[in-house]
Amino acid sequence: MSIQGNYLGMSLSIDDLDGENVAYFAHCARHDFHLQKCDDCGLLRYPPTTGCPWCSSPRATWTAVEGKGEVHSYEEVHHAIQPAFKAHTPYMVLLVDLDTQKGQPSEHEALRVVGNLTTPDGALAPRDAVRQVGIGTRVRMTFSDVTEGLSLPQWTVDTDAKQPEKPWRYPQE
Amino acid sequence: MPLPADTDVSTPKYLRDKYAIVGVGETTYVRGSDKTTRALGTWALRNAAADAGIKTSEIDGMLSYSGNDSTSATFMAGDIGARLNFYMDCIGGGSSTEALTGIAIGVMEAGLCNCVAIFRAMNGFSQVRIGGTGARSAMPVGGDMLHNRAYGWQSAGQMFAPTFMRHMYDYGTKPEQVAMVKVVHSEHASNNPKAYYKKRYTVDDVLSSRIICKPLHLLDCCVETDNATAIIVTRADRAKDMKHTPALIRGIVGRCSKPRMDMHYQAGPIDRVAGYYAKDILWPNAGVGPEDIDAVGAYDAFTFTSMLQLEDYGFCKKGEGGEYVSSGITRLGGRRPQNTSGGHLCEGYTHGMNMVIENVRQLRHDADDSCPIGPDGKRRHTYDYSEGGCRQVKNVEVTANLGWANPLTGSAMVMRRGG
Repeated sequence: MSIQGNYLGMSLSIDDLDGENVAYFAHCARHDFHLQKCDDCGLLRYPPTTGCPWCSSPRATWTAVEGKGEVHSYEEVHHAIQPAFKAHTPYMVLLVDLDTQKGQPSEHEALRVVGNLTTPDGALAPRDAVRQVGIGTRVRMTFSDVTEGLSLPQWTVDTDAKQPEKPWRYPQE
Repeated sequence: MPLPADTDVSTPKYLRDKYAIVGVGETTYVRGSDKTTRALGTWALRNAAADAGIKTSEIDGMLSYSGNDSTSATFMAGDIGARLNFYMDCIGGGSSTEALTGIAIGVMEAGLCNCVAIFRAMNGFSQVRIGGTGARSAMPVGGDMLHNRAYGWQSAGQMFAPTFMRHMYDYGTKPEQVAMVKVVHSEHASNNPKAYYKKRYTVDDVLSSRIICKPLHLLDCCVETDNATAIIVTRADRAKDMKHTPALIRGIVGRCSKPRMDMHYQAGPIDRVAGYYAKDILWPNAGVGPEDIDAVGAYDAFTFTSMLQLEDYGFCKKGEGGEYVSSGITRLGGRRPQNTSGGHLCEGYTHGMNMVIENVRQLRHDADDSCPIGPDGKRRHTYDYSEGGCRQVKNVEVTANLGWANPLTGSAMVMRRGG
């Protein structure tokens, strides 16, 4: 039996054979973010893979990772392609540098975790909230629950963190 | 620019100048072809053979690329009366034309066949839109796609946008600089009777067009069209018997990639693109550098894609792409005109092949503009680049094509004018 769910009218599924994604999203479903940590070189990786991209070892252990970080880049979709998102424009896709392992294995790398900008309870953020966020905004992870065994990690503004005075945004609003 | 005199054309490792593109062909660039991709493909293949001055039955190798939106060589070959000694249909888009040209050279060098046709046939507007609208956009999302499509992160523009945005942040690249890519390519398209969009656009036109996916305005995105394109590659010694001056292939890099192709944003500066790695294969293989190039086809699925590749292939310093594309260098009449047919932004969308075709015509000194045709059948180019005028680059000897699949994978090719 594969895991199947409906999210914003869109069908999402994970095949049972897909052990890495089953494990990743099962942790997410418990609102507990885990990534694979390589048993040989010790580096974490995202998204799930069958081997370590840094040393090629197939051995890894799912490890709890703090869902906090900073927006590294973003986009704001005004013309949605997928029917599921048409009612939610503009929506934001964020690429977030986790604090954990930032600058490793080289200064140019980080665990850059994708997610939409959402409210704290995981709903796509309204237009006004979208306009407040840019490169440098501090965010924390939240989750959009889809079905048993499947929640999507998402990002919401970290109200407890020190925010930049003005996050960098595309010059044309 | 003339080539350095010490070029060793006998070097078997590089096969410089040993193979040539001898024929080019296309259908008209339209929205609504009312034809199958099979009919479009055979039309372009016949045009390319006629352009080379060979019979279609002389084609004995065939390569194609598609995203499951086309017809395979198995159907095309019969329809043009060709019996093949080699064929291969592969999956792929913008990084394919140059890479497949490399494969064509390889299979001919290995003795598998003698004359290879490469085609791309697509109803990119009326059937399968690359932008992903229609049925394709409503597909169920599973497995590894949960890390992108589940976030409304699916179309090419959406997938590339974080790279573009970060470039503006890291280097202070301005929207009005990037818009100049569209402005310049549209000027060139206005001198191309084949172009789907022949209108000249201004920076204001680009910046006032609606936002699709910030930082992309509508006019930062290429046109989607229905069309087929084809090129014919064979040995340079055979090319002497053909109709046109051959475009000799100097060097190729094919589908060269950044690390972490599963999600390239995990590695390196995210505004670095595949050209950063590809340049170190392309230029040594070709025996020339960016400064030797007279005309460029810089893949313009988006304004940004042209600019980013120009930087990473070394046409300007990293981060100075905005300045480069708005300096006048890239215009007809400038030092290094680019996308002289109007490219994907204006001429039509063919996943890169039309920009190779254009450079072949440029190297023949026979760009099909509106200049008068002389008694020998060749155009008398005026080099007056005003609207509706000439688009032939003066004395072009060496060209480069920079093909783009996405920020992480690219292919490129250098060609020179044959003797």
